[in-house]
Amino acid sequence: MKDQLKVIHDKAIAAFNEAKDIKDIEDLKVSVLGKKGELTAILKGMGKLTAEERPIIGQLANEVRQDIEAKLEEAKARLQAAEIAIRLEAEKIDVTMPGKARPEGHKHPMSIVIDEISDIFMGMGYEIAEGPEVEKDYYNFEALNIPANHPAKDEQDTFYINADILLRTQTSPVQVRVMEKGELPIRIIAPGAVYRADEVDATHSPVFHQLEGLVIDKNVTMGDLKGALAVFAKELFGENTKVRFRPHHFPFTEPSAEMDVTCFACGGEGCRVCKGEGYIELLGCGMVHPKVLKMSGIDPEEYSGFAFGMGLERVAMQRYGITDLRLLFENDVKFLKQF
Amino acid sequence: MDVPMSWLKEYADVNVGIKDFVEDITLSGSKVEGYTVMAGEIKNVVTGYIKEIVKHPDAEKLVICTIDAGQGADLTIVTGAPNVNVGDYVPVALDGSVIAGGKEIHTGPLRGVESQGMLCSVEELGFDLHDFPEAPEYGIYIFPETVELGKDVVEVMDLMDTVVEYEITSNRPDCFSILGIARETAATYKGEFRFPEISVKAEGTGDVNDMISVDIQNAELCPRYVARAVQNVKIEPSPRWMRKRLRAAGVRPINNIVDITNYVMLEMGQPMHAFDINTIAERKIIVRNATAGEQITTLDGVVRDLNESMLVIADPEKAVAIAGVMGGENSMISEDAEAILFESANFDGPNVRITAKNVGLRTDASAKFEKGIDPNMALDAVNRAVQLVEMLGAGDVVPGVVDAYPNKKETWELSYSPEWINKFLGTEIPEEDMQASFERLGLIVDPVNHTVVVPTYRPDLEAQADLAEEVARFYGYDKIVPTLAAGTPTVGKKTYAQTITGMVKDVMIAEGLCEAMTYSFESPKVFDKILLPADSKLRETVTIHNPLGEDFSVMRTVSFNGILNSLSTNYNRRNEQAGLYEVAKVYLPKALPVTELPEEVSTLTMGMYGKMDFYDLKGIVEHLMTSLSMSDKVEYLPEKSLTWMHPGRTASILVDGKSIGYLGEVHPIVAKNYEIGAKTYLAVINVEALVANANRDVIYKPLPKFPAMTRDIAMLVKEDVTVKEIADIIKANGGEHMEAATLFDVYQGSQIEVGYKSVAYSISFRGTDRTLSDADIADGMSAIVSELASKLNAQVRDK
Repeated sequence: MKDQLKVIHDKAIAAFNEAKDIKDIEDLKVSVLGKKGELTAILKGMGKLTAEERPIIGQLANEVRQDIEAKLEEAKARLQAAEIAIRLEAEKIDVTMPGKARPEGHKHPMSIVIDEISDIFMGMGYEIAEGPEVEKDYYNFEALNIPANHPAKDEQDTFYINADILLRTQTSPVQVRVMEKGELPIRIIAPGAVYRADEVDATHSPVFHQLEGLVIDKNVTMGDLKGALAVFAKELFGENTKVRFRPHHFPFTEPSAEMDVTCFACGGEGCRVCKGEGYIELLGCGMVHPKVLKMSGIDPEEYSGFAFGMGLERVAMQRYGITDLRLLFENDVKFLKQF
Repeated sequence: MDVPMSWLKEYADVNVGIKDFVEDITLSGSKVEGYTVMAGEIKNVVTGYIKEIVKHPDAEKLVICTIDAGQGADLTIVTGAPNVNVGDYVPVALDGSVIAGGKEIHTGPLRGVESQGMLCSVEELGFDLHDFPEAPEYGIYIFPETVELGKDVVEVMDLMDTVVEYEITSNRPDCFSILGIARETAATYKGEFRFPEISVKAEGTGDVNDMISVDIQNAELCPRYVARAVQNVKIEPSPRWMRKRLRAAGVRPINNIVDITNYVMLEMGQPMHAFDINTIAERKIIVRNATAGEQITTLDGVVRDLNESMLVIADPEKAVAIAGVMGGENSMISEDAEAILFESANFDGPNVRITAKNVGLRTDASAKFEKGIDPNMALDAVNRAVQLVEMLGAGDVVPGVVDAYPNKKETWELSYSPEWINKFLGTEIPEEDMQASFERLGLIVDPVNHTVVVPTYRPDLEAQADLAEEVARFYGYDKIVPTLAAGTPTVGKKTYAQTITGMVKDVMIAEGLCEAMTYSFESPKVFDKILLPADSKLRETVTIHNPLGEDFSVMRTVSFNGILNSLSTNYNRRNEQAGLYEVAKVYLPKALPVTELPEEVSTLTMGMYGKMDFYDLKGIVEHLMTSLSMSDKVEYLPEKSLTWMHPGRTASILVDGKSIGYLGEVHPIVAKNYEIGAKTYLAVINVEALVANANRDVIYKPLPKFPAMTRDIAMLVKEDVTVKEIADIIKANGGEHMEAATLFDVYQGSQIEVGYKSVAYSISFRGTDRTLSDADIADGMSAIVSELASKLNAQVRDK
């Protein structure tokens, strides 16, 4: 009987090793371990053994059974792995083929610039103010210390609706509207569209965008103006950006200045982008003119403040190397998808 | 404003190189646009002497010159110029030299004869007869006198100068003059400002007041009129130094009298005019407004129409000049003028500006006047002019000055507080430094009472803040220490409307649309293009009085024209697919004519074409509504009234029964009008309505604990029954447990009777406290089936 068990064992092991697939294994399992299997048959014959033989053979038979079962699982695992490997091989795809196109949404480059600048100023405690684009002459000019017949009115080539109503030539009227509300202190920026009668070409557009800023509080100094704008410039153009303030003239600020930033292309060495100057003009600014404060109902003895304004198209064009302003208004998706 | 450095240095010292100067003067407030070096490119052109001339053997028009140019050996130079003679001193461009235009000259054969350079004309040195009137009209420049040989002609002919171009701001009319810039230069370097010494010998006869009288009839537009006369005028070219300065400052030299008027205008900023005194009838000058229909032929030969708003210089018979703009041909100085009158007048800036604009003639003089000129300068200027007349020997100055100055402009006093200025600037500038800055600018300081007297040439100094700027400029803006305002803290944030608008844009981008930017004004023809009826209220526009052209003449009342134009651009550039959106305003007048500001309505516009249909666009709109948590409030109903939209494929978007926008397919005729050859889709939604109806107060609903029960229901309805009608009935009758009704099939075709469609819904029910049984939903289902049958004649098919 011992011999029989050994034969069954060896035969089964050999068969497992030769099995080609899971089904072979299952068949073998039935033919060896099944109810009518060979091993089962032998075990059924245990009754004929002597009492001495029975435990010995019994133990042996169990060992054989356990070994066959273990080998069977082993063989099964091996074959399953092989089958998965075959399937995976069959499922192989060309991963270098392009992905399926999804519709791509993109912000307009002008919005990217406006949002970025707005975020910088919001981080510094500024709110975003808005005002009408079709504006009263009073807010666009007079309340900003630009009376009738002032040459600055002519310089701005205004679109008029009638004698009193015009398309705002600057975002500065928003300053006046905010000041008139009289809620102090004020820290606002006002981005938006402005209009001037310039024929369309690569660098001019009758519609363009400005961003205005205004701070009014007690004891605001020109040092504060420089500090705030220097922080802004570093945030926008990078930590190594330096600023330069040049005296200038705006009717609604005194003292007035223009702020240049070190050229982002050469870092101040002088290059083609900055025409060798090392600096690029970024914005106009100044301390709010006491007359302007007074006209808007703020006491210049008690309060002072600063204001600044910048053209945004130029910032976007310089940042992205766009050389023709008209591209911004064409809305060709091949252009818009680059941002 | 172009200022030659050589001229500037006559009145103020500059002891630094040009690069430093440009930076220094810019940082003190006179912005430099750039600078050029005149004759800067000319190199290796020297003085030479013609020793011998022989004919060229092979060229009739050429000659061979032997030249001593101080180079040791004589040079052989071939020239075609007709005017050279043995013994002439001439400019010689040597081998390897550079002449005007950067042209290099090298030794080389000319018709077989080696020429070791070139003899130069003034043009080849970058100048012309206006600079060197003694030069021949065609030919080599011959030095009028003996010159040392081999010397650089740039020095010998005094060609070099550096010209700096300034951007002058409108508040500083005084800086539109070389003296003004010189005063700023002196203040910048804390140096001396040297105003020219003006003295007039007046060796003529009689008195100008006996020769001419002046009557100012409009003192508001002409605050002052000063004149002096010159007899025995000799018109000839002015000397080289004057011509050089004028040329460097960008003015073409003409003759001594014209040059003197221009010289004084450049130097002092006061425009001048010179008349032939004999052309003035009755020797009476009248400054008056023009009459309606009056005309004058100006010096440039053009007849100009005048009107009552314009000021003219006239005699009792005729106008002889448009005040501040240009003189008349009728009073022009002729070659044989016996006596001339120099006018140095002051005119109202805004009036000159408007006149110049209306007659279409902006001159150097009008450009200066329109900035506003100090009337107190007029006398100095006329004296300076006649001083130059004497200096140049251009005539005899008649004694006396005519000076009509009805209301003298006086200086004014300002007080200042050094503490206030320091507090305003955030500085600690010593009081003495402030005073010194004021004094350098010509202000008279009273250091005890802290007041200054402001000269009349600085009308911009009106208050203490203006004085603070003067202090800051010469202290140096760069020295003011940057600080971050502490003050009252404020919270930087977006308004609610800005936040919602931001969410709207985020959805658009998530849905694959690109943001567009379009003009807010357009052509009124747009209304025809979109088939708008003639009586449509949308045709009532805010119209620009002075547009760039009809195409940009009305503020848009519909938001989508720009988007359709942009889609057209994309289509015509063969972009297969384009999806755009824009959040922008439309401008709706409250009444016509416009007397108050229009309503500016922020509007979301989406436009697209490509692989898509109506339901793709509707999916985007629904996503938008879900993102704003307002989809429960929104209904979509067929919309047939928009002329630019497909009547069968457009839905209006309603909240509480009120339209907040629409979406759909663009009318094929309109798409064609925009030259878009694909089905085009448009959605327009009022952003203010989105802001008003968005819900940001989201409260969490517990996730379901019990499974849902689903029943599918299919029905046959007439094809014009909308699924909304079906859904409304299902929702109204499903009972308390009904959770959702989802459309899953709409079918029309061979299996279905013509005129009918099959619609299938999946209806789910769910209990909040238990798993539902059939009995729980039986009532709801039967109510749905019977209502569908009775209201819509739906034949519900068994499932």
